[in-house]
Amino acid sequence: MTVPRMRFTFWKAVFIVIMVAGIYCTFVRFFRGLGASTNLSDQFPWGLWIGFDVMCGVMLAAGGFTLTAAVEIFNIKRFHSIVRPTILTAFLGYLLVCAALMYDLGLPWNIWHPLIMRNPHSVMFEVAYCVMLYTTVLALEFSPIVLEHFQLHRALKIVRSVMVVFVILGVLLSTLHQSSLGTLYLIMPNKLHPFWYSPLLPVFFFLSAIAVGLAMTIFESSMSSKYFGRELELPILRDLGRVLVVVLALYGILKFEDFYHRGILGLVFKPGYEQRFFLLEIFLSVLIPLGMLLVPKIRESAQGLYLAAVFCLLGFVTNRLNVAITGVENAVGGRYTPKWTETVITAMFVALGFAIFGFAAKYLPIFPQEHEPEEKAHLPALRESVRGAASERELAGSELAVPFHAGD
Amino acid sequence: MSKGILYDATKCIGCRQCEQACATENGLPYDDKIAAQEVTSAHKLTTIVTKDDKFMRRLCMHCEDPACASVCPVGALKKTALGPVTYDKSMCMGCRYCMAACPFGVPKYEWEKAIPGVRKCVMCNKRVAAGKQTACAEICPVGATIFGDREALLEEAKKRVHDNPGTYLQHIFGESEVGGTSVMLLSSIPFNNFGFKTDLTERALPLYTYQVLSRIPDFVPLFGTMLGGIYWITHRREDVAKAEAQEKANQDKGGAE
Repeated sequence: MTVPRMRFTFWKAVFIVIMVAGIYCTFVRFFRGLGASTNLSDQFPWGLWIGFDVMCGVMLAAGGFTLTAAVEIFNIKRFHSIVRPTILTAFLGYLLVCAALMYDLGLPWNIWHPLIMRNPHSVMFEVAYCVMLYTTVLALEFSPIVLEHFQLHRALKIVRSVMVVFVILGVLLSTLHQSSLGTLYLIMPNKLHPFWYSPLLPVFFFLSAIAVGLAMTIFESSMSSKYFGRELELPILRDLGRVLVVVLALYGILKFEDFYHRGILGLVFKPGYEQRFFLLEIFLSVLIPLGMLLVPKIRESAQGLYLAAVFCLLGFVTNRLNVAITGVENAVGGRYTPKWTETVITAMFVALGFAIFGFAAKYLPIFPQEHEPEEKAHLPALRESVRGAASERELAGSELAVPFHAGD
Repeated sequence: MSKGILYDATKCIGCRQCEQACATENGLPYDDKIAAQEVTSAHKLTTIVTKDDKFMRRLCMHCEDPACASVCPVGALKKTALGPVTYDKSMCMGCRYCMAACPFGVPKYEWEKAIPGVRKCVMCNKRVAAGKQTACAEICPVGATIFGDREALLEEAKKRVHDNPGTYLQHIFGESEVGGTSVMLLSSIPFNNFGFKTDLTERALPLYTYQVLSRIPDFVPLFGTMLGGIYWITHRREDVAKAEAQEKANQDKGGAE
């Protein structure tokens, strides 16, 4: 809470500028169409909104299922205190993805059509269902936070008693659609460049979602400690860093094996347009973070972990944009760069994400209480008892065991 | 019997009457300016492409197993039993996956409209359903575009190529590309001259995604059980610890009394 005043007003000003521009661009998009508001064309039916807002949005929200799986299913209790912020990020992420999709769809008012018009052979159909259901699951996983805030204990108890079912459902749905975003591109064997087209696309998308989920958790914990003046949970982040090392190593080895078996290792060293983007991606996403995190001194430090996570995030964002844009440019014979209006809309969603996260973190019990109770916490003692479950010590046999008994 | 179109570039005189007939049939404007555009778009569903003194027609290939229909989440695009791949705007939500997936770059979008839809050649599906031939085949003055049963057209194409090896390239485009298409093309020069991809797989594209999608129903119960099982195992210890604590508490209480 001890944020320098200057910084706060600067970001507030940036936010307002982006929002005003965003509202103008929204107007252009919905009243004058996609042609007026984007650089999309018959060659590039998918651009920044699909490549970043949807593909990266879903990927960046992967911390939700990664951390709930670790804590609730694998019962790794020491991660418990950071589950809530990741669920918030995921819930927000998916809501923003859905909102962004409304901009990208040509006929957004038909977005509900998959409910009654079903084509189970379509990967998009499967993704639509998974995203729809998972957003609902996230709402339920998020609901205890709101229920706690309003002290609705009965509802809280009911939600908790069925939580484990939703947690399992959430992990299952996430596994399906994170990988299916890669499966989407399997239909383009003659279109997507061999750097990115691989029969293993779904596996790469899934593995990278886990890596990004971990990196995003490190990133957001670091940011929260910086901007909300919270103490950094460094021991937890160190553990996450170690898991990240393993996931990145798996991803890197699989990538190598895939390239080797498809006989395209030589292409990596042949200068070219795609090659440059691929090298950028692989260095940012795997090689640099892996190199950093393998050095104990960097892995143990808050700054080192934060930097490695940022590289990793940038790298996998590059990966998704490469799949969505760079990888098809050659095949369709052209280049795509987003129009300013497209970029503004994307910036608006990113800004909204940060703003709503900050707002929720301020008014809802997202973080376990560690400092003096905030002035607006009207019943600190009660709150403490509900929240106490979030602290490691009290965990055994309390909150987490409730659903277990209910299902026993 | 599935219908099809055979276009023989060696017979084509480039009169562009097929373009005009197509525009009329689909309620699209047509003038000299549009005639000069040698690319298909939302307002020009077929075009004659010229390369020096050679011609080629571009139109929807109406794949036997179309990628566009397979990827459409709502089934707005359909392969009909008669052959045409049709589109229903009232179902479409505008995701444009069809455009991304089509190996021939056929579906086009009405980018300038606030309420846009996909436009593509639908092989005059209403005419075909009524037993008539397509507008382009009907108008063609030299028989370069002919309409009929796909099997019969394929036999005819094979015969032409076989009997005139000097005239024709020994390739019937559409016979086996992406699993075969209802529209087939004959030419005297390689098809890449007209912007066709010549490295297309002979496997139907929907199989690439279906081989993953078809495993999902099996995957869900397995993975669900695995996750539930891990939960059950990892939370067992806690349960035991709690029971023991309870027991101990009871004993202590008993001892005290």
